[in-house]
Amino acid sequence: MNGRYLIALQSILTKEITRFMRIWVQTLVPPAITMSLYFVIFGSLIGSRIGEMNGFSYMEFIVPGLIMMSVITNSYANVASSFFSAKFQRNVEELLVAPVPNYIIVLGYVGGGMARGILVGLIVTVLSLFFVTISIHNLAIIILTVVLTSMLFALGGLINAVYAKTFDDISIIPTFVLTPLTYLGGVFYSLTLLPGFWQQLAQLNPIVYMVNAFRFGFLGYSDVNLWLALAVVVGFILVLFSYAMYLINKGIGLRS
Amino acid sequence: MTLALDIKDLHKIYRSGTVALSGIDLQVQQGDFFALLGPNGAGKSTTIGIISALVNKSRGQVKVFGFDLDTELEAAKSQLGLVPQEFNFNQFETLLQIVVNQAGYYGVPRAVALQRAEKYLGQLGLWEKRHARARELSGGMKRRLMIARALMHEPRLLILDEPTAGVDIELRRSMWEFLRTINQQGVTIILTTHYLEEAEMLCRNIAIIDKGQIIENTSMKALLSKLGKETFILDLDQLPDSLQLAGFVWRKLDQHSVEVDVEKSAGLNPIFEQLSAQQVKVLSMRNKANRLEELFVNLVEHGRGQTK
Repeated sequence: MNGRYLIALQSILTKEITRFMRIWVQTLVPPAITMSLYFVIFGSLIGSRIGEMNGFSYMEFIVPGLIMMSVITNSYANVASSFFSAKFQRNVEELLVAPVPNYIIVLGYVGGGMARGILVGLIVTVLSLFFVTISIHNLAIIILTVVLTSMLFALGGLINAVYAKTFDDISIIPTFVLTPLTYLGGVFYSLTLLPGFWQQLAQLNPIVYMVNAFRFGFLGYSDVNLWLALAVVVGFILVLFSYAMYLINKGIGLRS
Repeated sequence: MTLALDIKDLHKIYRSGTVALSGIDLQVQQGDFFALLGPNGAGKSTTIGIISALVNKSRGQVKVFGFDLDTELEAAKSQLGLVPQEFNFNQFETLLQIVVNQAGYYGVPRAVALQRAEKYLGQLGLWEKRHARARELSGGMKRRLMIARALMHEPRLLILDEPTAGVDIELRRSMWEFLRTINQQGVTIILTTHYLEEAEMLCRNIAIIDKGQIIENTSMKALLSKLGKETFILDLDQLPDSLQLAGFVWRKLDQHSVEVDVEKSAGLNPIFEQLSAQQVKVLSMRNKANRLEELFVNLVEHGRGQTK
């Protein structure tokens, strides 16, 4: 990447990070409050009655999943709302008229989404320390999983924003697809608790792989094979990145 | 000398089937101050959209300083600064963020961008407002911000799509002065405007577009010389009932003013001579309409098969 492109990428990233930091009350505080409630209700109140899950306290078991859930929703929401707003206000034209390659535009917006997802993940991690002592089994896996997952969902948010024509369109996928998949993705339970057929079906849910890879980084335990999980995430990233590039190159939703 | 803009056989048909451009050829010389005029929906904004890569063309070739949009898009974009018709900056960002980020998209390092921000925001009277959010600015300030933003990468070709729309006359004049200065410094400027006196005052060459076709493309001087007849309004100290202006078609407007049609070949002297002979004093005189406006209306209406 030449120096000019690097400056362009830096500019998009700066703009994106400044944006979500400027509106921190809307972007950083709500997930912190929501996750604190999860920790109190599911961890402390209900969790103590559930007992152990695969040899770990229920709180220990759900913390990685809850962190991952906040990373997923925030990296997705950041790019979806930011890119759609840029389309809506037409300031995306600032980028389209500039000699910025399309892959830099994609990387810039995705980078912004990853930054918010990871920052919210960190905030939630710090909050979880008030409720449970976190053990780290493999830091590299934790970092790798969170980076890949935030990238994947930031790409998803970008694709959603490209197609979106109204603000309603950027909340349809999170409401009707992301939330159910996340709740059914093994955040609150181990897949081993499910009957055979449902266990097989759950393997089709990509979020299962991310939650489990992340949980492995903390607890050294996963319901699915770690390398398969990482391969699934990388595979999805390649598919979504290629598709996002196709959409931007064609100018879908951007150029008439 | 390389052309600043070279358009050949440019066509645009939208998905809806609307034919916006049907075979435009247009050349703009380096250093020119060029007017691109046309009625609403004529194809001006589509043309500008294609040049600035915001609209996909259906057919044809566009070169900016010799760089083909199809094969050297990034090089072509680097030469170009665009001031669009509608405000398209992020209303929640500060002026400094807007212009420095824009420079960054063109690969201008931040330190240089900050210097340029001071230069252009300063020249356009916005430096004091650099930390204000864009939405807090007045309409005129927003227009100037758009110009400052477009200049941050110091383009060789600046396209202004109605840059003074909604701007008061005092500010408009200061913007004209600024644009003249940067043109004298070597920036080629293409201007679209509905204020025809603006085009007449600033531009050396002109193209008129209507229904997706160029109907006139010449120098401003040559175009204005085509105007065979002008209408003047004369304010008089008195208007006798017996007033005679032999050889001229004239109309009484009120008790102190008349409207006189003057053929270019006839000149104005005979009018003054006749009024003077009748003891009528001319207090002031002005064109009824801008000269370019009259020509513009004639050309467009002629193209539509109407006569004035």
